[in-house]
Amino acid sequence: MEENISIQISSEKLNLHLCYDFVQDATCGGIALFVGTVRNNTKDKSVNRLDFSTYKTMAIKEIRKIALTALEKYNIKKIAIHHAEGALQIGDVPVIIAVSSAHRQASFDACQYAIDTLKETVPIWKKEYFDDGDVWVNAHP
Amino acid sequence: MQVKVLFFGVAKDISKVNSRELEIKKDSSVFELLHLLKEKYSGFAAINDFSIAVNEEYAENDVILKESDIVAIIPPVSGG
Repeated sequence: MEENISIQISSEKLNLHLCYDFVQDATCGGIALFVGTVRNNTKDKSVNRLDFSTYKTMAIKEIRKIALTALEKYNIKKIAIHHAEGALQIGDVPVIIAVSSAHRQASFDACQYAIDTLKETVPIWKKEYFDDGDVWVNAHP
Repeated sequence: MQVKVLFFGVAKDISKVNSRELEIKKDSSVFELLHLLKEKYSGFAAINDFSIAVNEEYAENDVILKESDIVAIIPPVSGG
């Protein structure tokens, strides 16, 4: 199954075409892509930039679990999950998920499963910077 | 015995270090280690519930630690 999985955590700009090319397959009738982008506001407050820090070795393991589960649970061919680390500006891309399958519904479902689970389990943390300070997202009650 | 504790996100801001060695009693559980950390770093009380990973796997409170285990403090994650 490993040959059907592409995982990356990178401080370089994420490459959409790399993800697309990885999952592209002659047996597939469709590819679903999810591209996360850095929003310029949160809770009506203007965000200047973000910083992502990771527990990289564990994050890669947790992303691999998501990819393996997606391959088992949905009828998909390939999956790519790439995540950025370090400083990101407004409009930059922190995450890309690409999934291919013979029929479209499996790709949509697997893509949604992957991003929802990533946000719950993968040890990556986002810090938002405002004009008047910074905050770790979700950290405080 | 000694374990290594890793701090991430807001936990790193509180501890002011990336990691530290910590002396704990033999056969301590994750729960006991957490108790010790909350004593050493009062700031942990102000964080939403955080998780613990032992050797890169999420661990429940009743997991028993071994010498040289790597224990990570995982505040609520916010990737994606």
